[in-house]
Amino acid sequence: MDNKEKKVLLEVKNLRVEFGKRKKKFVAVKDVSFQIYKGETFGLVGESGSGKTTIGRAIIRLVEPTAGEIIFDGKKINGKIDKELDKEITRRIQMIFQDPMASLNERAKVDYIVSEGLYNLKNYKDEEERKAKVVKAIQDVGLLPEFLSRFPHEFSGGQRQRIGVARAIVMEPELIIADEPISALDVSIRAQVLNLMSELQKKKGLTYLFIAHDLSVVRYISDRVAVIYKGRIVELAETEKLYQNPLHPYTKALFSAIPIPDPRLERSKKLMVYDPSCHYDYDVDPPKWVEIEPEHYILANERELEEYRRMLKENGVEPIN
Amino acid sequence: MEDKKVILSVQDLVIKFRLRGDVLTAIRGASLDLYEGESLAIVGESGSGKSVLTKSFVGLLDANGWIDSGSIMFEGQDLAKFRKEKQWLKIRGKKIAMVFQDPMTALNPLKPIGKQIQEAIELHQGIKGDKAKEKTLKIIQDVGIDDPEKRYRQYPHEFSGGMRQRIVIAIAIACNPKILICDEPTTALDVTIQAQILELLKNLKKQYNLTTIYITHDLGVVANVADRIAVMYAGDIIEIGLCEEVFYNPQHPYTWALLSSLPQLGVKGKELFTIKGTPPNLYHEIKGDAFAPRNPKALKIDFVKRPPYFQVSPTHKAKTWLLDPRAPKVEPPESVKNLRQKLEVGNNG
Repeated sequence: MDNKEKKVLLEVKNLRVEFGKRKKKFVAVKDVSFQIYKGETFGLVGESGSGKTTIGRAIIRLVEPTAGEIIFDGKKINGKIDKELDKEITRRIQMIFQDPMASLNERAKVDYIVSEGLYNLKNYKDEEERKAKVVKAIQDVGLLPEFLSRFPHEFSGGQRQRIGVARAIVMEPELIIADEPISALDVSIRAQVLNLMSELQKKKGLTYLFIAHDLSVVRYISDRVAVIYKGRIVELAETEKLYQNPLHPYTKALFSAIPIPDPRLERSKKLMVYDPSCHYDYDVDPPKWVEIEPEHYILANERELEEYRRMLKENGVEPIN
Repeated sequence: MEDKKVILSVQDLVIKFRLRGDVLTAIRGASLDLYEGESLAIVGESGSGKSVLTKSFVGLLDANGWIDSGSIMFEGQDLAKFRKEKQWLKIRGKKIAMVFQDPMTALNPLKPIGKQIQEAIELHQGIKGDKAKEKTLKIIQDVGIDDPEKRYRQYPHEFSGGMRQRIVIAIAIACNPKILICDEPTTALDVTIQAQILELLKNLKKQYNLTTIYITHDLGVVANVADRIAVMYAGDIIEIGLCEEVFYNPQHPYTWALLSSLPQLGVKGKELFTIKGTPPNLYHEIKGDAFAPRNPKALKIDFVKRPPYFQVSPTHKAKTWLLDPRAPKVEPPESVKNLRQKLEVGNNG
């Protein structure tokens, strides 16, 4: 993507999400901020329980943030919003879910599954237009119009996920939140769904928030990647910058754990373990969210920043002071 | 593999299932020699029969499935001939143990984990009471869980996913099995935990003299743990060889396709390689090479006659007509040939 044409489509500011009350309170997302540019694929990686799904759900208004703002195309979309905006957001932000076996209504025909969003918003003139939209969506994802009269159980996992994609794009959204869209699929089918997603992105100018734990897939598909650990984003950068020069110890540990499909490399690689106690002085010197090189953000305190800057210099990159 | 002892030998195994009145052939005459002390990885897509094959070693086929022909020789007995549950009890858990994919469902939520491990010991080894408990505590420690006394009394919900998988492994190795079958042992876990569990399994293999079979579709995991790799497609082992042979010198077009679809080989902005079509319908008899309809470079004979094994090296063989001396020379795709270089470049730094 061209740097000059960057336009912020979604902005998340100091997002905080809590579940439960008082004694049982659990903070799932703490002080998370990031921006997603129009037309890019923004990868969000982290382990289970890190809060990556909660962020996705907060954006699509399935969970209510405790604090912070979510701004979509210049308008605040969290908290109380009027009906019109709610409708508009529902159309413009869509979601693709993880498990195509569980996320499709078993009792409904594909035609209804794909049309459900249209029915809810009634954004079509007549039955004819609805049909046309549905047929177009199903063809866009590489399926045949005659599949519309079938039930989900008649399809394979890969085809089902295509139906999941069709039901999102039929709304003509701008942002699609894809929450682990391929982790339930077989290797060879993964590639098909990824290709489909990239193709649709090119054709329709879609923006993706790609939530995943498979780091090699994220590397392939994302323009920028944010790494989240226990509800906080610890590092964010352009994909290759991050994979070449991971700075935060958690990012390093995460990357070192990726299995490499090559016996010699895999067996000679060094596994790093993340020990949170390396941030021992966070009480005295609390961490901040800092841009350490252009488009490369990191959560660190002054002492660590100094070290990270030194590491960058060693790799021939001039850090921002 | 210098004169290694065969611990389990599968010959021309055919496994069928009856589904809604139709008969499906899940394993189509697979043969496999498992060597003592090795670690074999079985890879393939879902539906290729990798789970069915290994489940038949422990008599855990679903009720609608049966071994139609062939043999599974283990310690002088033919497991394929077993008909009674009583016979299986001497093998399953005791000699051949299994670790399943999902540690969340493999454990009994109502029992403390210590009891669950001890149960296995008492049942199979005839040790009771304090002795069994002592052994349980040692195993809990062996699988890398600290403070065994306290953990012994805790329930599964008090453990994280990775810890639970450690307990499932503890139950599996509690009776000193000869063979440990790990069915997607790390698929449900996070990458960092996955690395730890693989490390644990490798250490236990040494400590307990295990022969291990890994079933997985993650080639990264395979590269880490396997001595040998068996590639399965449509109910047959179409290629088998040492880990490096299969990765660096693959022979079967399906193995090529599998390696090519790795996301690690993808170049941003370019399409990932995909295998066209779908796996064959196992309800019908398959003629020729099962992969031929999806192989753009298939030979004529691929549609007519099923290829036998062709030996590539003493340890490496594949079922493809391409290895026949009369076959035209077909080169594997560039991306597979350069697998090593590509990954090296991609993982610098």
